[in-house]
Amino acid sequence: MSGDNIFAALTEEHGGDARWAFGTGFTDALAGVDTDLPDGVDGQDLALYCQMLGDDALVQAQRLTEWVTDAPELEEEMALANIALDLIGQARLLLARAGQADGTGRDEDAYAYWRDPAEFRNVRLAAAPRGDFARAVVTLLVLSSARLAVFARLADSRDPVLAAVAAKAVHELAYHRDYAASWAVRLGDGTDYSRERMRAALADVWPLTGELFACHPVEARLAGQGVAVDPAQVREEVHGVLAQVLAEARLEGPGPFPEPVLAGREGRHGAELAPLVEEMQKVAREHPGATW
Amino acid sequence: MTVTQEAPDSAHQAHFDAAIAADRRIEPRDWMPEGYRKTLVRQVSQHAHSEIIGMQPEGDWIASAPSLRRKAILLAKVQDEAGHGLYLYAAAETLGVDRADLTQRLVDGRQKYSSIFNYPSLTFADVGVIGWLVDGAAICNQVPLCRSSFGPYARAMVRICKEESFHQRQGYELLMRMMEGTEGQRAMVQDAVDRWWWPSLMMFGPPDDESPNTARSMAWGIKRNTNDELRQKFVDMTVPQADKLGVTLPDPELVWNDERGHYDFGDPDWNEFKQVVSGAGPCNAERIARRRAAHEKGAWVREAAAAHARKHNTEEAAV
Repeated sequence: MSGDNIFAALTEEHGGDARWAFGTGFTDALAGVDTDLPDGVDGQDLALYCQMLGDDALVQAQRLTEWVTDAPELEEEMALANIALDLIGQARLLLARAGQADGTGRDEDAYAYWRDPAEFRNVRLAAAPRGDFARAVVTLLVLSSARLAVFARLADSRDPVLAAVAAKAVHELAYHRDYAASWAVRLGDGTDYSRERMRAALADVWPLTGELFACHPVEARLAGQGVAVDPAQVREEVHGVLAQVLAEARLEGPGPFPEPVLAGREGRHGAELAPLVEEMQKVAREHPGATW
Repeated sequence: MTVTQEAPDSAHQAHFDAAIAADRRIEPRDWMPEGYRKTLVRQVSQHAHSEIIGMQPEGDWIASAPSLRRKAILLAKVQDEAGHGLYLYAAAETLGVDRADLTQRLVDGRQKYSSIFNYPSLTFADVGVIGWLVDGAAICNQVPLCRSSFGPYARAMVRICKEESFHQRQGYELLMRMMEGTEGQRAMVQDAVDRWWWPSLMMFGPPDDESPNTARSMAWGIKRNTNDELRQKFVDMTVPQADKLGVTLPDPELVWNDERGHYDFGDPDWNEFKQVVSGAGPCNAERIARRRAAHEKGAWVREAAAAHARKHNTEEAAV
């Protein structure tokens, strides 16, 4: 893959190894990977789990792209766009896998564009209003830390597709977390004003963090079969990461995570999700039967 | 400096002239006439600003791109444009100007950018047409700049042109797909072509007899072709592509001229061009207001980063 030119990388042939076929270049998202369901795994469960992980990425990416043409520096426009691009790549593979697992054969776009907001399975924090740059940094720090911890374990999943997606994504997520952490430190240990903004952002984001570690029954069943990761297992690790970053940023905390309560994973979302989804879907829905 | 400070201006000038005559590159540490430096600062910074403002008309469609593949392509393209802006600001900085100052000049409306970006993008078909026509015109303009006499600009253009050609191909591919789609999609494509054709032709600048700076820029090797030469090249390149796509270019005078070996074509509305350049285009105020708002809203973030760096440097120095 061309490291110095993202576009070359996107359009290159990948030699049939779909583990590397992230981004925009591929047409068959899962070519080359064994797509049979692992023995004993319920396809509906797996499909729902793929939607949970896929929707987290898709919705977070949709929110992040709001920074394009609106960031404090050009370097930040590029970085946030790059992170969103990684997440879209992850979402595409996960949603395509959902369509295989549930037996409907739906493609990634069928899930992204033709489900209603209540059918989305993302955690609420992914959809939370973007707020200011400090809020974006804190949100990204929390989401990328949790996702990295889950995906590092998911790379050993019995489902070869999830394992392939996770193995590639951990490198991306490590960068997302490093990027957010570096800004958390600059803003926390920058000016009095930026420190205040970070405190406010942490106060806004923190109530939404408990949900990240709530284990849905589908996650519990699949984790028991070696397919999924129980998010409760990464809670302490993620807390440790955040504590380390906030200490470096000379900010207090963090306090304990709130109680792990299911919400978005069961389709119960805040008011902010519907307009986000509506904007994403509007052109596709205005042109049923169209090809893009 | 490759020539001694004490040498009289005439010796510097002779050295510079010899380099230009031999088609050698001028590098930042070489002596250069003040007019050459100023012309380049103007051209390179306007080019950088164009990349940055050019993110807006297409960026407006990232949120609503109708497939995830198109969303990723568009996002990557807009990200590339930010990258092009950065290379070009870096090239401008080798001429002794400061990026922050150039940005301030842009948001204050004291420096221009390509007028094409003052037209609105009204439908998703505009994303494809901007890729095909606007990036196509940009490539015609920019490929000769890879041989610009100023080294940093020429080198930046090599990389930029490679990426622009991806953008053009992807824009054209989107249009091909849309033309294979529904009647509504085909109508969208034709409508977008109708709106962008003339502004694309204007991207090459005024006709040669009204372009006061062209002769000097060509003598200095900053420009390699006249505006009209490049416009002709673009038309010749684009007409067969339009035929293949199945769209009509909105120019009744467009016809192949066997004698010339080129297409004849009508004149763009140069009054409209002057209006848009002078700030009265459909989106001039909106484009600058958005860039200015982002810049001002982000000031505290840049200040925090600078404050952190100062503390960090002081702490390191104290160790």
